[in-house]
Amino acid sequence: MTQPENVLDHSAPEDHTTSIDASVNGVRTTLAENTTVKQLLESHNPSHAPVAVAKNNEFVPRGQYETTVIKHGDALDIVSPVGGG
Amino acid sequence: MTLATHTELALYDLSFKSRFLLGTALYSSPQSMLEAIEASACNIVTLGLRRQNPANRDGQDIWEAIQKTGCHLLPNTAGCKSAKEAITLANMSREIFDTAWIKLEVIGDDYTLQPDPFALVEAAEELVKQGFKVLPYCTDDLILCHKLVDVGCKVLMPWGAPIGTGQGLLNPYQLRTLRERLPNIPLIVDAGLGAPSQAAEAMEMGYDGILLNTAVAKAQNPAAMARAFALAIESGRLAYQAGLMVKRQTASASTPTVGQPFWHQPCNRN
Repeated sequence: MTQPENVLDHSAPEDHTTSIDASVNGVRTTLAENTTVKQLLESHNPSHAPVAVAKNNEFVPRGQYETTVIKHGDALDIVSPVGGG
Repeated sequence: MTLATHTELALYDLSFKSRFLLGTALYSSPQSMLEAIEASACNIVTLGLRRQNPANRDGQDIWEAIQKTGCHLLPNTAGCKSAKEAITLANMSREIFDTAWIKLEVIGDDYTLQPDPFALVEAAEELVKQGFKVLPYCTDDLILCHKLVDVGCKVLMPWGAPIGTGQGLLNPYQLRTLRERLPNIPLIVDAGLGAPSQAAEAMEMGYDGILLNTAVAKAQNPAAMARAFALAIESGRLAYQAGLMVKRQTASASTPTVGQPFWHQPCNRN
């Protein structure tokens, strides 16, 4: 069974030259090259719910969203609060 | 003589009136959870982090409801299976919840959800170095507990039984040993309790608190069960402080025997 594919295009049409594939919460997602975590969250989390991010199992602090560029093959985890025991 | 009750639960640098820590999962609705939290009078609630699905507001509704309670937050690392995963999730948790407190879980077996003791110590040591206040969910193994204390854990949370089983205190001997050998470490029985009497039993042993979720959330009336556990925890604590009598092997009459009418010779039917 293939996973659904999301296509998130963060670049303007004129500079949309290359795309990359990354995993976002386990879903293969096509992104424009040089997409940052900040840009990804603008699409993934438009309601600005409280989230935290890890890239390739490494924590990405909020202050680094703008400077953290997603590369081909990266795995992003975006988590939010749930009930827990 | 005054009743030695209502002493506060001191964990790290904070004190809490209630010795009951309640989980926020498995309720039928956020409202049911809020009613249970109120009935429990708990001051600390646990919660978790999961992958966000923007199309599903469930997580956000629970989070907004939890914030209304004003309870101290104890986020967990539930589901992590390595020290690395737990350390990463703890950092994500600290950023979202703005607390250095972490209920550290590193699971070593899917069937029993038994903690991996080696990864647990490894994760605890690193998180303490990073400034976390670590409350590890651990087994009742004495040496593991000593190791966790050695790396800087100032609270331990041994299981009563595997998570969600409701089996109660499966190893009272070991839990009693932990209490005796770690007299200055706050000990909280975490997981496996199904009935208030089991919580009272742990508190009578001298445990400092009880953390549970399923027994309340899955009760037919969660709020009533939360209240029942709260009463049992207070009762057990008071009994511990009052000092339980020493068990005897033979009967001992409570009514004075001196002056008893109709005097008889001792009757031994053997």
